[in-house]
Amino acid sequence: MSTATPVTTSAPLKAERPSAAKIARKRLSSPWASLAAIVLAVLWTLPTFGLLVSSFRPERQIKTTGWWTFFSDPTTTWDNYRGVFGEEGGVNLAGFFVNSLVICIPAVLIPMTIAALSAYAFAWINFPGRNILFLAIFALQIVPLQVTLIPLLEIFVNIKLTGTFWTLWISHATFALPLAIYLLHNFMREIPAGLIEAARVDGAGHVSIFFKVMLPLLTPALAAFGIFQFLWVWNDLLVALVFAGGGDEVAPITLQLANLSGTRGTAWQLLSAGAFVSIIVPVTVFLLLQRYFVRGLLAGSVKG
Amino acid sequence: MSNTASTTLAFFPFDTATNTGEKVVQMLMALLLFAAVMGVILFFAGRFGGRRGDKVVAYLYLLPAILLLAVGLVYPGLRTIYQSFFDAAGTAFIGLDNYGTIFTDNDQLRVLGNTVIWVAITPFVATAIGLIYAILVDKSRYESFAKALIFLPVSISFVAAAVIWKFVYEYRPDQGNVKQIGLVNQIIVWLGGKPQQLLIESPLNTFLLIIVLIWVQAGFAMTILSAAIKAIPDDIIEAARLDGVSAWSMFRQITLPSVRPTVVVVLTTIGIATLKVFDIVRTMTGGQFKTSVVANEFYSQTFRADNQGLGAALAVLLFILVIPIVWYNVRTLRQSEAS
Repeated sequence: MSTATPVTTSAPLKAERPSAAKIARKRLSSPWASLAAIVLAVLWTLPTFGLLVSSFRPERQIKTTGWWTFFSDPTTTWDNYRGVFGEEGGVNLAGFFVNSLVICIPAVLIPMTIAALSAYAFAWINFPGRNILFLAIFALQIVPLQVTLIPLLEIFVNIKLTGTFWTLWISHATFALPLAIYLLHNFMREIPAGLIEAARVDGAGHVSIFFKVMLPLLTPALAAFGIFQFLWVWNDLLVALVFAGGGDEVAPITLQLANLSGTRGTAWQLLSAGAFVSIIVPVTVFLLLQRYFVRGLLAGSVKG
Repeated sequence: MSNTASTTLAFFPFDTATNTGEKVVQMLMALLLFAAVMGVILFFAGRFGGRRGDKVVAYLYLLPAILLLAVGLVYPGLRTIYQSFFDAAGTAFIGLDNYGTIFTDNDQLRVLGNTVIWVAITPFVATAIGLIYAILVDKSRYESFAKALIFLPVSISFVAAAVIWKFVYEYRPDQGNVKQIGLVNQIIVWLGGKPQQLLIESPLNTFLLIIVLIWVQAGFAMTILSAAIKAIPDDIIEAARLDGVSAWSMFRQITLPSVRPTVVVVLTTIGIATLKVFDIVRTMTGGQFKTSVVANEFYSQTFRADNQGLGAALAVLLFILVIPIVWYNVRTLRQSEAS
């Protein structure tokens, strides 16, 4: 829905002409503005920083002194990270980490493919019922997941899929479709009609146009959706709780971290390391592909 | 289920995979199966050439999406609405009683009240902070680094965010030589106060949970508003500058009106996300100590209290509450496009 807002994600190159905000900042007397920005940045970083520092401190110290004492008494250890990988019993996040990857890959690729085909049909083929169908799918974006979970669970029970990855693949793929179709459709409509017409005149069918003309041009949109969906699935708790809550075999790492926080809420040596193991993938994806992520975010903000 | 299967080579793709090897194999089989289905669709689509075959191709392309949406979204949605008129076990029709409970029962009223507090605070504070920060760092030397710091929480899970903040709010009993390990309580002690069980004291705890969502969403607001600020045409700014407009009126008369449609989108988007907030509440308090909200209550009623009917009604309520926000969003976008 928010795709309709005009947004540029990269800063304009010409910087000599000051922007409104820059002037506003200058007039607000720069030192104060800078100070405010720094205070906000520190406030925003401190919570994460504190837990990160703690994840490298020995268990006894985490539990008896604040993380800020680390700077007067710096002792570091990898024990907490060894702890969450099962070397000291109890907790092993390795399996859940694998689960998250096994859930995410099909949960991104399947809706991406299905949506690309549908979006192509909506964008470039004339057929009866096109507008009403597209509007219906567009409207489905606002349906909250909560409304669908129980009946979907009943279906999975009936066809005996509970406790398998299939429940997560199918549900994540389904929930992603309205947004994915809408996003890819908007992108495809911007491709000049002449390109498609020319290919048709040359005798190309819709299958070869889709693969040879559309797909290469679609890469940025697919990347934007793919990253958005990957992070969404990796970070999801609700769907995992409902469909994979029963057993450890298919539970993703986010679910395990939530369980750990519930059952061992004061085991900060495990929680701190566990939290950072679980966010290493999204943070890496974010740092490497920030530009695409922002695009996906702009487009997909209503999902859920 | 797969004890026998995992020891033999006969590994069925629809069983529960138990070790890493099996999991990866199952994933690859699923992807292959999916590719095969798509291949069949494309094969048939390829056989229909010319303008007259277009219709068939379109329906073939739409088939998988419509099938999944019908079975996985539309049918379940309608079924939940139907179910919301039934009792806890889902067997006896009780009309609107579940909705009556939501609006009369004391616990449920608190859930509604909490949700109202969340939605009344989160979008506005997060958007305001995002907008201020976007203006403060705009075109500064460290802009991209400064923005990344605020934006980082957007990419991590609500669960991880909740764990990070639970540590900030951690409480240690106020006894002789016990030191606080949570930052907030330590600051209270430094200022000469007594440490508090922050997450247990209502209504304070709800506000502390709201801070976590603000922490996540401000980065989202900042990113989108920053893009909108950069899209303001240079000549407008130049003209205002030559007129010697003050910083405050530059903000009031140029920046704010220019980004107004974007502000509405950001507010409504965060508003919808706030309505559905679940992970943070569940991870930090489990909805205890009077912190439950509608999305969390839906989960508790359905899976903990085994009250399917009430759970369904709460889910439907969530759906109903989203609609006016989306409607307002679409209307504003239409107006800004028309002008």
